[in-house]
Amino acid sequence: MPSKYMIHTKQTPHRFKAVTESGIIAWEEGCLKCAVCVKKGCVYGVYEDRGLDTRQMMDSIDNQCMNCLRCVQGCPKELIHKSVNPEYKAIGDSYWTPDIVAKLWYQAETGKIPVSGAGYPGPFSGPGFDSMWTDMSEIVRPTRDGIHGREYISTAIDLGKTPNHLTFNENGDLERDLHPLIDIPLPIIMRNPDFGSLSEETLKGWAMAARGLGTFMALPGNMITEALEDFRSSLMPLIGPGPQEIDKGNGAIRLLEVPWSEGWEKAVDMARQQSSSAQVSIRLPLHEGVEKKVISLVASGISIIHLEATPHGRATDHASLFLKDGIRSVHQALVEEGIRDGMTLLASGGLSMAEHVAKSIICGADGVMVDFPILIALECRMCRRCTKGLSCPVEIEAAPSSWVASRVINLVGAWQNQLLEMMGAMGIRDVRRLRGEVGRAMFFEELDRTTFESMGKVEEGCELE
Amino acid sequence: MSNDNGHKFPEVVRTTSRFRNPIGKYRLNRTSDCIACGKCVELCPYGVHVKRRGRVLVENQYLCVGPDCPEPCHAACPVGALSLKRNPDFEVLGDFRWTADLLASTWYMAEFGKVPPAGLEYKIGDSAGGFDKLRLVLKADKTAKEGVSEEPDEEVDLSVELNRRKDHAHKAGMKVPFYGGGMSYGSVSITTMLSRIKAAAMLGTFCCTGEGGYPDELKPYDAHVITQVATGLFGVREETIKRVKIVEFKYAQGAKPGLGGHLLGDKVTPGVARMREAVVGYPLFSPFPFHSVYSVEDHKKHVDWIKAINPRALVSVKVSTPTDVDMVAVGSYYAGAHIIHLDGSYGGTGAAPDIAKKNIAMPLEYALPKVHRFLTEEGVRDRITVIASGGIRTPHDVAKIIALGADGVCTGTADLVALECVRCHNCERGRGCARGIATTDPELMELIELEWGTQRIVNMFLAWRKELTRILRRLGMRSIRELVGRTDCLVHLDYMNK
Repeated sequence: MPSKYMIHTKQTPHRFKAVTESGIIAWEEGCLKCAVCVKKGCVYGVYEDRGLDTRQMMDSIDNQCMNCLRCVQGCPKELIHKSVNPEYKAIGDSYWTPDIVAKLWYQAETGKIPVSGAGYPGPFSGPGFDSMWTDMSEIVRPTRDGIHGREYISTAIDLGKTPNHLTFNENGDLERDLHPLIDIPLPIIMRNPDFGSLSEETLKGWAMAARGLGTFMALPGNMITEALEDFRSSLMPLIGPGPQEIDKGNGAIRLLEVPWSEGWEKAVDMARQQSSSAQVSIRLPLHEGVEKKVISLVASGISIIHLEATPHGRATDHASLFLKDGIRSVHQALVEEGIRDGMTLLASGGLSMAEHVAKSIICGADGVMVDFPILIALECRMCRRCTKGLSCPVEIEAAPSSWVASRVINLVGAWQNQLLEMMGAMGIRDVRRLRGEVGRAMFFEELDRTTFESMGKVEEGCELE
Repeated sequence: MSNDNGHKFPEVVRTTSRFRNPIGKYRLNRTSDCIACGKCVELCPYGVHVKRRGRVLVENQYLCVGPDCPEPCHAACPVGALSLKRNPDFEVLGDFRWTADLLASTWYMAEFGKVPPAGLEYKIGDSAGGFDKLRLVLKADKTAKEGVSEEPDEEVDLSVELNRRKDHAHKAGMKVPFYGGGMSYGSVSITTMLSRIKAAAMLGTFCCTGEGGYPDELKPYDAHVITQVATGLFGVREETIKRVKIVEFKYAQGAKPGLGGHLLGDKVTPGVARMREAVVGYPLFSPFPFHSVYSVEDHKKHVDWIKAINPRALVSVKVSTPTDVDMVAVGSYYAGAHIIHLDGSYGGTGAAPDIAKKNIAMPLEYALPKVHRFLTEEGVRDRITVIASGGIRTPHDVAKIIALGADGVCTGTADLVALECVRCHNCERGRGCARGIATTDPELMELIELEWGTQRIVNMFLAWRKELTRILRRLGMRSIRELVGRTDCLVHLDYMNK
């Protein structure tokens, strides 16, 4: 059994004040100057600790207000109101919603699992990963208490090809060499997002986090500058077309990635010449019929395949094909071919919440690659100003690498704990056992139809209420 | 209002908000142009305007129904001094499940004991699935069209039998098809707890203590208390188990299925610590699962243990909704349970990881029909009571889940909303609920008076009762028991006429 893996998080404050969902509007005009003002009675002391952040011209009360509405409901002249903050609503887009972004900020700051009171406030279900629920064990299938550390739950995965069986010679020694495997202590690899106001410090921070976590940071080979030399064993260079020198300097590259193209064999050969000991992953965009390509790649000896969806978690050619379904059908095709264990399947694109890790794995991935969350951990508001050459409102490029590393470790630590919560509830003790376990999940499409299909008839003259 | 067993339902007593400014959907602004002619006072059917000492004031703007008003004051004002707009505070309230409309209509019911007249959607939320996509299929309303006066409510029977095993245990039942779900002493204040239990006693039903002990203040209501045995065994004593008619085993909770409970250190006050036999200021973990139960046989030992201590107690088994929930239900029946209580994944909590609330276990609307069908096929459906909870917000939700196969429901969040919970989701922070509901802070607890809390909950449930009676009558039924499993009374909008 591997030694127990724990991610040590530490509170790492924002550099800027977070954008809040709503704001307080308090009028002064008409104030009666009551001896016992409702503002003095605030349970959270919001008005007492009030201060103006002069850099951002933001009032601290909005960040501290907990929305109990007591001041709103108590002021005799009704001078205090709450209002939805349009700036908050404008964060991100329809997929990277303000709530998702704000929760990632919280996790990066605290390293803690988001916990709240009252029941779930969200919609019944949704597209993609929101159309599945994970199982839990009750009475007859014991759960595992991973989160409080009473039972060990392993989140380690292997990258590469695992043998179907071992053969030994007469002396009891292994008959042939095993394929090289890389094991990482958690099923998450980080990779650089499509945009971001990055600096060498940012990249160094990510590399530090990757090393600290024992995983990899994937980034284009030409971004590996001297500042990253020391982190080579934790980097996963993406090899573009054309000759590149990647294997220079200290420490060997262990893992690299080649994008799929018609002549991928040549590209892989070239990559292998550069770095003979590295494992090679092929990045394949998710599209209709991708299963055939995956099978032929595995048949040609490729042992790691990275299935890449769009940043909204969809196929490149069909917006209705979600990563969730793509992983399921690729996994299923590999199982039917009898070659599933001969390869590692990584998934990426639109993975925005901790639950997406567990859900991707249940659908059939071995692990995931996470991109935008490691940028949002650095307070990114997904405003995309950097893509237009404008300045970053939270000056990500100026953040020191130690802060970057700490924020990312916090986020990944919170995600790992949430994975443990979900696995514990399912009674699964090893994340490798979770792969493809669709029996541990419930899917909206099946449940909704079987439950409600028969409830469609309405006789004439009836009223619906 | 009395029936055969001499139970008399309480009367509605109007019980206004505890706060100076109740939150409504609309705002009416009156400018200084007002000539105090009193036209608005005359017109308004909802009592929004009042005339006092020669002046006319907008005093109850939270009662304004906005564009639904048959005679809008702002249009009739001779000097145009009135204007109507949406209340911006209202936009901040609510979420997909408990919309601002549902919150405000529950507050209305808690104040007036009837459903709101207009202006608010009080039947469904905005979750776009499950309850919110299901509709009751009602026959054309003859009484409304022909002006036939309504029969008295007593003609429609809403009572539910809880002991269907017909064994030597109490012949317990409830007069309304709902009882109060477990909320522990510590997670809510003693006033909240007592308000719920007193209201349950007045309505002829039950209320569960949750996992946190059985405070002595509850003793007068023993006949209406369900005491809970949960995985932490906090506050479980032989003496309290002997006192009650129903004992509930909590195997899991819908909001955090498969995860244990966690009471933060701040909430472990001297009173809570005494009740739970713990140390002041230290967080308390309720583990998951019962480490003494790993099979249905183990579970039977649990049930037998309760029956040995209190042979006449009904045993309820509260479970969450995993894929094999039907097997769990049937196993519970064979282990001797009287009640199987399914807590769906949208249930309430004092504190739970967001990831668990959203993702773990299935919604109640899927689990309940599955269990109902399985128990029916097993031939034991009529010997066990099925109770549903986890996302029951309105009387319409009650009718829908009963039509899907439940005998009755359990409520929690709705009770708290009646006490003016705004669902700020901060029950567990610092001193606890800033509105004095889910807190043990001595100062914040003072925000609620027992009599006020009791009457608010009573009013809300009387409104539910009235609404359920109306629905049953529209379905042509005389008893709520006729509705159990009648999925033909439901239509799901996504599958309608397909």
